[in-house]
Amino acid sequence: MTILMIAEHDNKSLKEITLNAITAATQIGGDIDVLVVGENCGSAAEAAATISGIRRVRVADHACYNGQLAENVAALIQTLAGDYSHIMAPTTTSGKNILPRLAAALDTSYFSDIISVESADTFKRTIYAGNAIETVQTADSIKVMTVRGTAFELAAQDGNAPVEVVSEVTDLGLSSFVSEDLAVSERPELTSASIVISGGRGMQNGENFSILEKVADKLGAAVGASRAAVDAGFVPNDMQVGQTGKIVAPDLYIAVGISGAIQHLAGMKDSKVIVAINKDPDAPIFQVADYGLVADLFDAVPELEQAL
Amino acid sequence: MRESMEFDVVIVGAGPAGLSTACRLMQQAQQAERDMSVCVVEKGSEVGAHIFSGAVLEPRALTELFPDWEDRGAPLNTPVIGDEIYLFQDAERAKRIPNSFVPKSMHNEGNYVISLGNLTRWLAEQAEGLGVEIFPGFAAAEILYHENGAVKGIATGDMGVSADGSQKGSYMEGMELHAKYTVFSEGCRGHLGKQLLAKYALDDGVDVQHYGIGIKELWDIDPAKHKPGLVVHGAGWPLDKDTNGGSFLYHGENNQVVVGLVVDLSYSNPYLGPFDEFQRMKQHPVFKNTLEGGKRVSYGARAMTKGGLNALPKMCFPGGLLVGCDAGTLNFAKIKGTHTAMKSGMVAAETIFAALQTDDEGGKELNAFTEALNASWLYDELHRSRNFGPAMHKFGTFWGGAFNYVDQNWFKGKLPFTLHDNTPDYAQLKEASECTPIEYPKPDGKISFDKLSSVFLSNTNHEEDQPCHLTLKDESVPVKRNWGLFSGPEARFCPAGVYEFVEDPEKHDMRLQINAQNCLHCKTCDIKDPSQNITWVVPEGTGGPNYPNM
Amino acid sequence: MKILVMVKRVSDPNVMIRVSADNSSVDLNNVKMAINPFCEIAVEEAVRLKEAGIATEVVALSIGGTQSQEQIRTALAMGADRGILIESEGPLESLTVAKLTQKIIEEEQPGLVILGKQSTDTDNSQTGQMLASLMGWAQGTFASKLEISGEKINLTREVDSGLQTLSLSMPAVVTCDLRLNEPRFASLPNIMKAKRKPLDVKAAGDLGVDLTPRIKTLMVETPNERQGGTVLGSVAELVEKLKTEKGVI
Repeated sequence: MTILMIAEHDNKSLKEITLNAITAATQIGGDIDVLVVGENCGSAAEAAATISGIRRVRVADHACYNGQLAENVAALIQTLAGDYSHIMAPTTTSGKNILPRLAAALDTSYFSDIISVESADTFKRTIYAGNAIETVQTADSIKVMTVRGTAFELAAQDGNAPVEVVSEVTDLGLSSFVSEDLAVSERPELTSASIVISGGRGMQNGENFSILEKVADKLGAAVGASRAAVDAGFVPNDMQVGQTGKIVAPDLYIAVGISGAIQHLAGMKDSKVIVAINKDPDAPIFQVADYGLVADLFDAVPELEQAL
Repeated sequence: MRESMEFDVVIVGAGPAGLSTACRLMQQAQQAERDMSVCVVEKGSEVGAHIFSGAVLEPRALTELFPDWEDRGAPLNTPVIGDEIYLFQDAERAKRIPNSFVPKSMHNEGNYVISLGNLTRWLAEQAEGLGVEIFPGFAAAEILYHENGAVKGIATGDMGVSADGSQKGSYMEGMELHAKYTVFSEGCRGHLGKQLLAKYALDDGVDVQHYGIGIKELWDIDPAKHKPGLVVHGAGWPLDKDTNGGSFLYHGENNQVVVGLVVDLSYSNPYLGPFDEFQRMKQHPVFKNTLEGGKRVSYGARAMTKGGLNALPKMCFPGGLLVGCDAGTLNFAKIKGTHTAMKSGMVAAETIFAALQTDDEGGKELNAFTEALNASWLYDELHRSRNFGPAMHKFGTFWGGAFNYVDQNWFKGKLPFTLHDNTPDYAQLKEASECTPIEYPKPDGKISFDKLSSVFLSNTNHEEDQPCHLTLKDESVPVKRNWGLFSGPEARFCPAGVYEFVEDPEKHDMRLQINAQNCLHCKTCDIKDPSQNITWVVPEGTGGPNYPNM
Repeated sequence: MKILVMVKRVSDPNVMIRVSADNSSVDLNNVKMAINPFCEIAVEEAVRLKEAGIATEVVALSIGGTQSQEQIRTALAMGADRGILIESEGPLESLTVAKLTQKIIEEEQPGLVILGKQSTDTDNSQTGQMLASLMGWAQGTFASKLEISGEKINLTREVDSGLQTLSLSMPAVVTCDLRLNEPRFASLPNIMKAKRKPLDVKAAGDLGVDLTPRIKTLMVETPNERQGGTVLGSVAELVEKLKTEKGVI
């Protein structure tokens, strides 16, 4: 088996999620090549070369890959595909943009956002917003898939793989990059933040959310709320996490003054680590939290902020 | 000016009564080769989404409406194979009542265990096949009147209104649906039906209406324990001797059972929680043995109109008719309302059709309906069971049951006197100081559950940003009177956790928190609020539960 | 210009689903179905382009069981002009769906195809990209803003790092993200009118596409329920655990 991993990068640096995806590739086994496609992406390629356990880095550096346009990048990968049994990318908007296009071009199936490798041809992925997990298998000769970063550990970066240039240029001229508006908001989006701190009815009013914001600022976290807090008018409903609000799955979810109604749990139960701060030891949130603090949030939260 | 559309007949609510009305109208129109425009509006997101019933169906009305229902694939798949009736003495013990001592009305030979949701979905298909326009997701929010006071039709609610009343980007104004005749079939305690009763004084001269709340769950059970068609009823524990009601467990198809409890809303102890009674009821061995090892699939609750013939209001008024549970045609002796609701709808359809055949321009008071209803088997049936409910209220479960055995089996409901009960359910609540708080056991998460995880299974959803549809006449009453005197009974009688009394740290007092998004549209709050301060109005269309085969 | 918009019938995202007792599938018996919310956004965008005079006709295509006609009717009630159903009783894989759609595109010659970015049942996010690939067209996925001038589409996409704006040559395939628009409610008169709009039904087997599945679903299971962890004594202990044990801060 030979695997091609499409690196997630911004030309300057390699995105960490690539390392998670590499672990999935390692579980499949065989040689792993990492492909870095972009414009002036040399430093990202150098970073990729340090990934442990890979055979080589292939780099395609050309102006037509500016913005990593799906048409041009998929066409490029198609020219390389014959060498590989698996073509993978981390689940990102870029991976999800490019790989299905590639799969159709290769007349092969595509698995979106796998969460586990069962064997070289069998994978698990979630469906119905995470309410079910399917185990799927394909006999297609090239297997194309994206990999959920949070489902796999990070691969080490103590390697020194050779970097080879791919000279092929596939400029289809179908689309062109116009501009990019990088998120500059001080806090990340709820749904994409790696840390979320949410408040519930226990916050008592909207002003008190400022103590959560202080913690969020220190952690680079997004601020969310339970439906009870939204219903009570403390905060606007775009902050609502839960069944009818936003579904989040950050690395760390801190629930403050949230009882843990099942509707709320539905929106955050896939978080990697859940912390609950609540003064009611019977609150259902403690049944799902990795770490609980039975404490008055007005003491515990400022203390947490100080400790960070 | 709102846009309007004209129909011969507009029907409010796609339940068994409304859809039977619609089907019967079209059948007659086709037979007479007459054009007929019939429109049904339904607040649920689809037909059946808000339908909630036991249910054991007596197929009499269905067979009259569609004699070939079997060929048409009506979802009557589980004939009743047997009845078991228990008197529960306490949390452990129960006595099975021999069949010969059971009131005749409680026997179920020839009936079917069904999902009423699925039956109404099937009825809607039949109606659409006959040319009825059905609009799920549109709530009838307002009654429209002609200048002469006759009903002109209804208006659907505005969509896309935010909580503060302002219009959102998706705003769509409601629409007027005008009709020669408007049929109201909203089910128990319809919010428009309530207005009609008041406006036309339809309940003058009849007994006060009585209600119950039915709570039930749908379970997948161990196939080894499944006995399709078995019907189990129970009385007694967990309800105390002052509280009427009964439990049920029906074995349906596909290894599923429904388990439920009906609590009469005439109960007096404000500490009583129908939801909590139901949860602890399931721990009784009679239920637990069946449920153990199974998985709860769905949950819901709905009030039922149970006053019977004594409380049945006048059902006709200028320009319209009130049918089914919106009026109160349920036969409490049989604990069945579907066949009677359907029959009332069919009689309504026949009356309206006959009127329209005479070039009637609509808007009249169809007194012919009352005559036709009184001449039908529906009246006869309700007359025979008129004493059943009042006897229970008057004599309690045991002696009331004995009375009902004698009344139903020996006298076939024809005893020459009528019992009355004229205290409204909301006025039965005693002040908290006169009552003992009830300690309910904690749910075990296997057989019994908490309220919010239950509501979750009802798939209840409301657009978050909309005006609250649980309106208070006086904002101060919940804390001052209901909390002060009755210890906040709405927090307990609401089966969905809509009402919560929480501490207001700024005012150092309690505050009523209304979680309108949880509302199951059961209407219990509108009925049982001791101050009659809560008025249930329709939320934005499609809001509410999304019941599966309930 | 004609727009082809695709709509999928899925279980209502507000309704809980459960896995079948034999772990072979998700049990959709008695589950309320609806139009995929992302498809609704696609229909809204297509109808707005028609209302703006940019499109001349909006054709709604669905591929699925006969009941998918309900979702086509929803699109028609929102303002699409006519519908096409490619009827297939069994579930079809996205690649097959893309190939069937290709056949319709060859017939209809739309200048733009709009789809949802993913369906809320299978959560793949692939059909639009596959379709663009088969057609050799430009693709604009996860769109949050779409402007057409001449033969070009100026398209803003929601990407992980923020927003990316591309210029696409037409014809093209666009997939919609949540914030592209807020779909309208269909009005009663429009729902009635939609019942009379043309809806063409074709059998999937008649279009010359191999429908044989390539992916085998071996099992469908319910995710493990989370277990409760430890109650800690102090904030300091919590910070320590998060730093060292979990490495999340």
